[in-house]
Amino acid sequence: MTNITLKIDNVDVTVEKGTSILDAAKKVDIRIPTLCHHEDLCIAGNCRICVVEQIGKHTLTASCATPAEDGMEIKTSSPKIRKARKDIMSLLVSEHNTQCTTCYRSTNCELQDLAAEYNIDNETYLSVLKPNLEIDKSSWSIEKDDSKCIRCQRCVRTCADIQGVNALAVTEKGNEMRVSTFMHLTMNEIVCTNCGQCITHCPTGALTERRYYDEIWDAIDDPDKHVVVNTAPSVRVALGEMFGYEVGTQVTGQMVTALKKMGFDAVLDTDFAADLTIIEEGHELLARLKAALVDKDPNIKLPMITSCSPGWVKFIEHMYPNHLGHLSTCKSPQQMFGAAVKTYYAEKKGIDPSKIVCVAGMPCAAKKYEANRPEMRSSGYQDIDAGLTTREIGHMIKQSGLDFKDLENGEFDSLMGESTGAGVIFGATGGVMEAALRTVYAVITGRPVPFERLNITPVRGLKGIKEAGIKFENCLPEYSWLEGVEAKVAIAHGLTNARVIMDEVAAGTSPYHFIEIMACPGGCIGGGGQPIPTTDAVRIKRTEAIYKEDMEKPIRMSHENPEITEIYEKFLKAPLGEKSHKLLHTKYRTRKRY
Amino acid sequence: MTNIPKKADILFSAYSVEPYQILKDAMKRKKEDIIQELLDSGLRGRGGAGFPTGMKWKFGAAEKADQKYVICNADEGEPGTFKDKKLLTDVPRKTISGMAICAYVTGATKGFIYLRAEYRYLLASLEKEIEVFEQKAKEFGLDFEIKIFMGAGAYVCGEETALIESMEGKRGEPRNKPPYPIQNGYLGKPTIVNNVETLASVSMVCRLGAEEYKKLGTSDQKGSKLFSISGDSPKEGVHELELGMKVSDFVTEYGDGDTKAIQVGGVAGYCIPRKKFESTIIGEGQTTGGSTLIFNSTRSMYRVLHNYLDFYAEESCGQCTPCRVGCQQLLKGIEAVKAGTKPPKYLDQLMKLSNTMNLTSKCGLGQSVTNSFTTIVENFREEMIF
Ligand SMILES: Cc1cc2nc3c(=O)[nH]c(=O)nc-3n(C[C@H](O)[C@H](O)[C@H](O)COP(=O)(O)O)c2cc1C
Ligand code: SF4
Ligand code: SF4
Ligand code: SF4
Ligand code: SF4
Ligand code: FES
Repeated sequence: MTNITLKIDNVDVTVEKGTSILDAAKKVDIRIPTLCHHEDLCIAGNCRICVVEQIGKHTLTASCATPAEDGMEIKTSSPKIRKARKDIMSLLVSEHNTQCTTCYRSTNCELQDLAAEYNIDNETYLSVLKPNLEIDKSSWSIEKDDSKCIRCQRCVRTCADIQGVNALAVTEKGNEMRVSTFMHLTMNEIVCTNCGQCITHCPTGALTERRYYDEIWDAIDDPDKHVVVNTAPSVRVALGEMFGYEVGTQVTGQMVTALKKMGFDAVLDTDFAADLTIIEEGHELLARLKAALVDKDPNIKLPMITSCSPGWVKFIEHMYPNHLGHLSTCKSPQQMFGAAVKTYYAEKKGIDPSKIVCVAGMPCAAKKYEANRPEMRSSGYQDIDAGLTTREIGHMIKQSGLDFKDLENGEFDSLMGESTGAGVIFGATGGVMEAALRTVYAVITGRPVPFERLNITPVRGLKGIKEAGIKFENCLPEYSWLEGVEAKVAIAHGLTNARVIMDEVAAGTSPYHFIEIMACPGGCIGGGGQPIPTTDAVRIKRTEAIYKEDMEKPIRMSHENPEITEIYEKFLKAPLGEKSHKLLHTKYRTRKRY
Repeated sequence: MTNIPKKADILFSAYSVEPYQILKDAMKRKKEDIIQELLDSGLRGRGGAGFPTGMKWKFGAAEKADQKYVICNADEGEPGTFKDKKLLTDVPRKTISGMAICAYVTGATKGFIYLRAEYRYLLASLEKEIEVFEQKAKEFGLDFEIKIFMGAGAYVCGEETALIESMEGKRGEPRNKPPYPIQNGYLGKPTIVNNVETLASVSMVCRLGAEEYKKLGTSDQKGSKLFSISGDSPKEGVHELELGMKVSDFVTEYGDGDTKAIQVGGVAGYCIPRKKFESTIIGEGQTTGGSTLIFNSTRSMYRVLHNYLDFYAEESCGQCTPCRVGCQQLLKGIEAVKAGTKPPKYLDQLMKLSNTMNLTSKCGLGQSVTNSFTTIVENFREEMIF
């Protein structure tokens, strides 16, 4: 690669050819405001707030969209630039439904920040806000409020490029131009997977998760209700960001204390259900492998693909409805948890399940919708009553007046509060695979996986599609049929990567036995319910925190979790057994592709 | 002294005896010579931006790629413009020759005519002409085929990068520039986009030679050009005129004797009021594309501006802030001043806004609103207020 040198604000900057002026300026710590730019996404250059002066050119230059050139001279601050930026901000505000006091994104809104910086008033221009815009609240997960949209198209690019879904599109032109859906259908009628990535990439309050915390407060305040909350592994490594902690700080103990002080009757760990998932899914994999390798059953679908990510599940239902047989029948940990709470937990604790409200604290927007899938009632009740995002939990903690930073570390309550490092790493891409391999290898060979300190590093990291192989040697007698077999696995995160994997599956050329797919880039730590912003730098830090928590756990393999042993002994009896089938497994449906 | 503007008879002149003789002759010459001829002729693009055609082709020829394209821009979406339609109806061979010469010079092997949706009725005759051409091309040993692409119907799709996006099946939104189509155009390949009239003019430069062609025009503007004249004129229609005439002469010839202003270059162009007729030369230092509108004293310049802004507010692709919101603000703003809900000095704020739009908009549409806005508001301020 060739290097070029330009001058920005009289400082020489040398960058690789092709670098944008914006990135070149960043290199010398010059901050240029942006709105339509997001480092996860391709360049749009449509908000125009990032304009700079290019010496020798009359018009201003959009720094995010213009490659730096050798010998270029750039000014990033001048009266001409300031006036233009202020004007652009005033224009955005003039078509905006500025209601910061009642807006969910207030204090975490890029438009608000810049409007404050440039001290925008409401006087300069007339309001051109479209009248009668209604908020689309049709989806279980996503709320779309066009009156707060600045038309930066970050959501459109997210849904198209990262997720390959194309649920959102720009429609109309001129003053009517807006972000809409296929035939302007509502969000619950389209291919939207509810992944929430558009929310975390939206700079404003135009896209938000549907909030459920008022209902939860009501339940907590109801003395008749026993309210149980379980939190997913990636919540504890991101929640701190809502309270000013550095990205990647684990706040597990404080989170537990906060939830207890808020009045939840029990604070439990979704990781327990992650361990349970590994037992069920691991055995399902072994059963499929045996049927395929030993019984030569032609109807057995391999590769088997994970089903813990509800956005991914809805994606495959829409996009590859003929290949649902590849999905593991296991419910996601959240739903296993709910089903177990309303049966096993209720029985053990002697509580009437109809009085139990089961809340899930999740990094995810799709979990809200998943909780409301009609299949998810095998306990006789709705397994999970409501899903909350990490952001909502942060809000609830603030609403309860707790000073988060001062809270002492608390411990999860028991029955279903115990977990292993394997359950924790579910939060990062590759984690389910690693957890499964740790257990499956041990079950087959009686020995731990042959990786230093159980760390299966080839399945870790942010590469879009990862592959690995693990050979089974010296198997226990009952698994002698696997002797010498190399299990081939793949991991994909982000639905565009999932599509690559699925095209192979659909073509019958997929070389793998087992595939992990997560809808969100980075896995759950980068979920659509996580604190905003999420970028690769943030994903890396949250991931590090996940693996740190894994290393700190005394038990790091799911099948060694004593509470797991107990639930099988006292309640489920055996993996893939009758009860498991009823409570922990599910079915899928085909959906239309529009 | 009054001069009748010199009419020119180049673009619509009769064809030479054999079809595509111009192309045949051009192909006997060195590619560099043709580029030099075009540079010498001073020919500038007739699509609006006025970029020197020889330069564009020189860049196009220098690009290294396994595939290059030539696109003839026949989107002609500008209200009051119908010159490209007339060329394609009366003398399509001149434009097609221009495309073929471009292909010969730049090494492009595929060409498209991006035809405005409303001109669909021309499809059959053009296809027939393309058949004739392709026969001839084979004869001359030129590897070049032409396809017609029907336009998407939006004005902004005439902007070359939006045009390319729409040809690629995407929404017709202008791209960031650089890279320019000449580097990264249709399907990511070097693409030379030229207006219908530009390409026809290339044929004529090749036939007449730069020396002869240059005899028409002024130091700044060379050759002849088509004017779509409309408005308060007894001679509405397409006229080929030598470039470099005084507005006063033009108005004498084409006005109705009561002209108070003319708009040169269509909606993207400038308004010239009567008091400046004597001192202004049409096209000098300004846009060269589009239509020429003539307004007599019965016209309200407020209405004229209102119509333009209405058009812009609707035809902006809407992607970039200054243009999408700016157009609406200008429109609402002049309405508010007219209605008295905003003070007259609000017009000054709007002038500043139009300047911001010019400095920051992503494409020529948003950038050019300021031309008509400032020239009309400056010269007819009282009409905006009362
Ligand atoms: C909003 C907008 C609309 C345009 N419409 C047309 C058009 O209809 N026809 C055209 O030839 N050029 C149009 N142009 C100019 C083209 O972008 C481009 O400059 C031109 O096709 C280049 O050809 P030329 O060099 O021969 O002029 C338009 C530009 C803008 C900004
Ligand atoms: S989106 Fe941002 S600017 Fe708009 S109301 Fe919400 S917080 Fe305020
Ligand atoms: S939630 Fe996901 S699938 Fe749905 S619109 Fe947003 S990005 Fe697209
Ligand atoms: S919804 Fe959000 S991300 Fe999408 S265009 Fe509007 S402001 Fe941008
Ligand atoms: S200036 Fe107008 S037409 Fe051009 S890209 Fe921006 S919004 Fe679209
Ligand atoms: S950040 Fe550069 S144009 Fe939006």
